[in-house]
Amino acid sequence: MFVNAAVVLAALVASVAIIWYFFAPRKAARAGREGEVQTARIVVKGGYTPQVVDVEAGTPVRLRFDRQEDGECSSHVVFSDLGIDRTLPAFETTDVEFTPSKPGDLPYACGMNMLHGMVHVLPKGAKGNG
Amino acid sequence: MSQVRNQTATPTGNGDSANVPAAADPDAERKREIKTLERRLIVAAVLTVPVFVFAMFGMWLKAFVPMGVIGFFTNPWVELVFVTPVMFYSGWPIHRTGWLALVHRAPEMNSLVALGTAASYVYSLVVTAAPGILPPSAREPYYESVGTIITLMLLGQLFEAHARLGTGESIRALVNLTPKRAHVERGGRQLDIDAGQVEVGDIVVIRPGEQLPVDGEVIDGSSSIDESMITGESMPVTKAKGDMVTGATINGNGTLRYRATKVGRDTVLAQIIKLVRTAQTSKAPIQKLADRISGYFVPGVILIAIWTFVIWWLLGPAPQGLYGLVSAVAVLVIACPCALGIATPLSVTISTGKAARFGVLIRSAEALQTARGVDTVVLDKTGTITRGTPELTDVSWAGDSADAGETSGSSDDASRNAMLSLIAGAEQASEHPLAQAIVKGVRQRGLEAPKADSFEAVPGGGVAAKVDGRDVLVGNNGLMDDRHVDMKASDDVETTAGDYARQGKTPILVAIDGTLVAVLAVADTVKPDSAKAIAALRERGLQVVMLTGDNETTAKAMADQVGVDRVIAGVRPERKAAEIVRLQNEGHMVGMVGDGINDAPALAAADVGFAIGTGTDVAIESSDITLVSGSLTGLVTAIDLSRAAMRNIKQNLGFAFGYNGIGIPIAAGILYPLWHIMLNPMIAGAAMAFSSLSVVLNANRLRGFDPKAVRPRRFAFKPRERHVELGEAEGTAAPGKPVGASSDASDTNNHNAKAKEGTTMDMNMNAGASTVKDPVCGMMIDPKTAAASLEHDGQTYYFCSQGCADNFAADPAKYLG
Repeated sequence: MFVNAAVVLAALVASVAIIWYFFAPRKAARAGREGEVQTARIVVKGGYTPQVVDVEAGTPVRLRFDRQEDGECSSHVVFSDLGIDRTLPAFETTDVEFTPSKPGDLPYACGMNMLHGMVHVLPKGAKGNG
Repeated sequence: MSQVRNQTATPTGNGDSANVPAAADPDAERKREIKTLERRLIVAAVLTVPVFVFAMFGMWLKAFVPMGVIGFFTNPWVELVFVTPVMFYSGWPIHRTGWLALVHRAPEMNSLVALGTAASYVYSLVVTAAPGILPPSAREPYYESVGTIITLMLLGQLFEAHARLGTGESIRALVNLTPKRAHVERGGRQLDIDAGQVEVGDIVVIRPGEQLPVDGEVIDGSSSIDESMITGESMPVTKAKGDMVTGATINGNGTLRYRATKVGRDTVLAQIIKLVRTAQTSKAPIQKLADRISGYFVPGVILIAIWTFVIWWLLGPAPQGLYGLVSAVAVLVIACPCALGIATPLSVTISTGKAARFGVLIRSAEALQTARGVDTVVLDKTGTITRGTPELTDVSWAGDSADAGETSGSSDDASRNAMLSLIAGAEQASEHPLAQAIVKGVRQRGLEAPKADSFEAVPGGGVAAKVDGRDVLVGNNGLMDDRHVDMKASDDVETTAGDYARQGKTPILVAIDGTLVAVLAVADTVKPDSAKAIAALRERGLQVVMLTGDNETTAKAMADQVGVDRVIAGVRPERKAAEIVRLQNEGHMVGMVGDGINDAPALAAADVGFAIGTGTDVAIESSDITLVSGSLTGLVTAIDLSRAAMRNIKQNLGFAFGYNGIGIPIAAGILYPLWHIMLNPMIAGAAMAFSSLSVVLNANRLRGFDPKAVRPRRFAFKPRERHVELGEAEGTAAPGKPVGASSDASDTNNHNAKAKEGTTMDMNMNAGASTVKDPVCGMMIDPKTAAASLEHDGQTYYFCSQGCADNFAADPAKYLG
């Protein structure tokens, strides 16, 4: 009986932990400044790190994708809202540049749409949460 | 060690994505990827098959195989040796991606497989090394499951990689159309250069059978050209001086010289490649939904697996732990949504690539999806249903009755042909569009146009010329009056001219040696396949609406000719978008077909905007879908393909989610209490691989799409009554009463309208409400296609050509009566 209770308890704890792990809000990285350009370095290795980047609307953005792996999946990065499909050569850094015109979310994904990242476009002058 | 590649892109995707090297690069990487996948798959298959066969069918093989062999292969330690390389070498990409994704808190299908196989492997390891800690009935290893799942997973990935390479092929097929060599004339010498080096303004020489290197305008020669690779139209097109030609098309038997107007990335072909590429990476709204679902899917499945174990532990038969674990692993493995990731993109890439081969350029996956839901198609009349350029349609000789037209007795034919030649000779020197239409029409009748001895253009009247020693006058009433033409037959002629005007045609009078001899009519003509395409659209259950600026009578005549359901007449160009919104408010999903440049607001207002491209002038940017051939049959193809693609995507999503939806409860053991049925993890793995395979095979069916073989599914041929209505524009004129040439309704007051009626070209007064009259030459034109417009006294006037506009600007009062 004690074992049963322990199993149920363990399952409950595991469930809460999983829900928290996958759905807790993610900390966004704020893009740095290089002169006029907001720059963020994103490591591509089985996913995008940092996964969420905050940028400001109206200023050019340069995302430097540092791809530290080969293989099919992450070989492209696709910003479908911007119509950008960029090949990321393995073990190289590839820049993607654009200028977000208005605040909102710009999700991006790998060519197979399995890895996901997000660019939060904040209103001009806004403070990021990271 | 990373080297930096500086590539930039603009938000609109105008970057370098269209260039050719970028196309070769990812394919090379994909091919390498396929090679490694194949190697891993072979290792996995070779090692898994013996373990699998003896574990599953060992007892049935007793008759054929010595007992020692079976015993060897079912020994847990031997199985461990066989399966470990499969787990760690073959399964490496799956585990790496899967666990990394979990670390990134963005789990995906590989995470599920990684979890599932790891659970099976560790459990089997315990069985092998320390069977004593498990109950006797649970001492069965699951190595064969590990091997089978990984093998099938790799097989699915290999199928996917091949499929993706295949869709890259549709781009490659287009890239391969890019011409390689060009002969150009520079500095009086003919050079053989690389097609990429041709510059704007170069004179390109094309010999029979050669491919045209760049876009341009013919300056010399004539030939029939096969444009099927660009327009999808199989009939070759005859090109002569002044015609535009497109790069990548293939010359027939003639020789051409043409001036390059667009080279490199500006050519129609380069734009098509860029467009298809962008479309293929775009996401259909239906896929955004699938993405959102899969984000919740993985955590959900892990939760289900945990609670499956708990329920088995609490309620299941002994050994609870084993049953629980097996079921939990089965849930993890069968839930793998691998097919989901490719269900939509695969169909989208195949169908947009396919569409491009039929001259239908789909701008985004969203357009592809929306086109399917369209239930009302609005066709702009000018340039869409009709050719949009004036042509000589009728010749009526003085003395004949109006309807007899050209069908009179053959005895007169010779003299009439001679007169037509004279008319063409007189008009030949004029740059006016009406004159050019007449010359072209006469030439098409196989007649020559002799050179005029003298020629005088009469602004606002027509031409006066001396040809073969005879005085030829071609023009309007005013010109005939001015030159004191004998109007003996004028009653007759005026009736005919009035009839033409009522049909929306521009009547032109001809006098030879001071006697009125004929009335010609010049009008826009219907494209040959418009009626057929409209019938095909109606067959597909679509309501076809024609939008025109013509008055109701003229519009009705056109509607009868082409067979549309509904006509909205008297619509001013600037009101077209409002008419689209009005139809949308009636609850329709509206597709608008118009010419890309002038109908831009209406195209944007419609749910799906279809632009008619005219081969060389592809207005790709202004619409969702571009019909390169300019023929309405392209619209039918677009709609058919959209329907086929969306049907395919839904089937794919059905396959992807269906396996999971049915598989998860069975894997969790929902059937156990009733029938004692459980899902072996291995069967779960097979089911999962099969779902990938079904999706890939199903999507590939789209490759076989043939517009000619489409049988409309809906035969709901609702016999709609032909219905003519007036557009809801402010200040719409009553039928038969011309509105002034004003483009702005607020400017139109009765006074101005009256003033217009007093102009010299009274014959045209019955023509369309928003078709306006060129005040100089009297030609009926559509303001949106007007070559020029001028403001005068707060009114806007439209002109058929710059020449007429210049004449007007010089002395407006002369033409406003």
